[in-house]
Amino acid sequence: MSARIGVVTFPGTLDDRDAARAVRIAGGEPVELWHGDDDIKGVDAVILPGGFSYGDYLRCGAISRFAPVMNSIIDGAKGGLPVLGICNGFQILVESHLLPGALMRNESRHFICRDQKLRIENADSMWTRDYFKNQEIVVPLKNGEGNYFADPATLDMLEGEGRVVARYLDVNPNGSARDIAGIRNERGNVVGLMPHPEHAVEALTGPTTEGLPFFTSVLTALVSA
Amino acid sequence: MARVVVDVMLKPEILDPQGRAVQGALGRLGLSGVADVRQGKQFVIQVDGDLTGDRLALMHKLAEELLSNPVIENYSLTVEADA
Repeated sequence: MSARIGVVTFPGTLDDRDAARAVRIAGGEPVELWHGDDDIKGVDAVILPGGFSYGDYLRCGAISRFAPVMNSIIDGAKGGLPVLGICNGFQILVESHLLPGALMRNESRHFICRDQKLRIENADSMWTRDYFKNQEIVVPLKNGEGNYFADPATLDMLEGEGRVVARYLDVNPNGSARDIAGIRNERGNVVGLMPHPEHAVEALTGPTTEGLPFFTSVLTALVSA
Repeated sequence: MARVVVDVMLKPEILDPQGRAVQGALGRLGLSGVADVRQGKQFVIQVDGDLTGDRLALMHKLAEELLSNPVIENYSLTVEADA
């Protein structure tokens, strides 16, 4: 039986369909989760997809953090449930304090949409173990508020503990501190990522298929758990 | 009735791209001599009854946990008696 991966839809979510499709292509069973439900249907892992949940009102991710479904996800994450937040999902994870730091408006003030080269710096998390350390990949990136910020002590801690999961290569598209594209929690079950691996899982629609290992990684991790 | 006003600003050391964009537009209006512009948010909250110690503490919690993000923002809170 394949692992059941929940994909949450908030009002204003855009990438839930692509995230579900990526799960299916990876060999998992996507399960639709709704922001207004407490119930996460006993899923084995959760993806918070990209978009503009609650219209990005107040701050990106600030309102979503208080959605009923997030209570179950935050509790689950603290207990080891694998959670991947992509783009707006990453913003929700920092607003929920499951990951440190904040995501701010791009330094350039422009919304950026491009195929972005990344280096996978940590292949130990539950979402990156099907990569090898220092593997370079290209996946789409699209954000207006992807500028990762944390104080220097937090950045040193993240780097010292190997918790920078991915870094921008060639171009820093949004002004992120130390070119950070994604980070993980201490345990490695929670990962936040600004670029979009779910848009790079099929040759027909993506620039590469190099985003797929994010989705196979969690299946590998769940089997070995 | 009491009125609670919460002002939220990005911390001074943090770049404010929106403020910078506004500053750029001021120049195009022919206004010179503006050294800096910072953009923030103001929340005006009407509260029934008096704001006793506990309820005021709750307002601070609201300001700190929802209205602002302490990683990047500071807030200030003032209480005005409603006329």
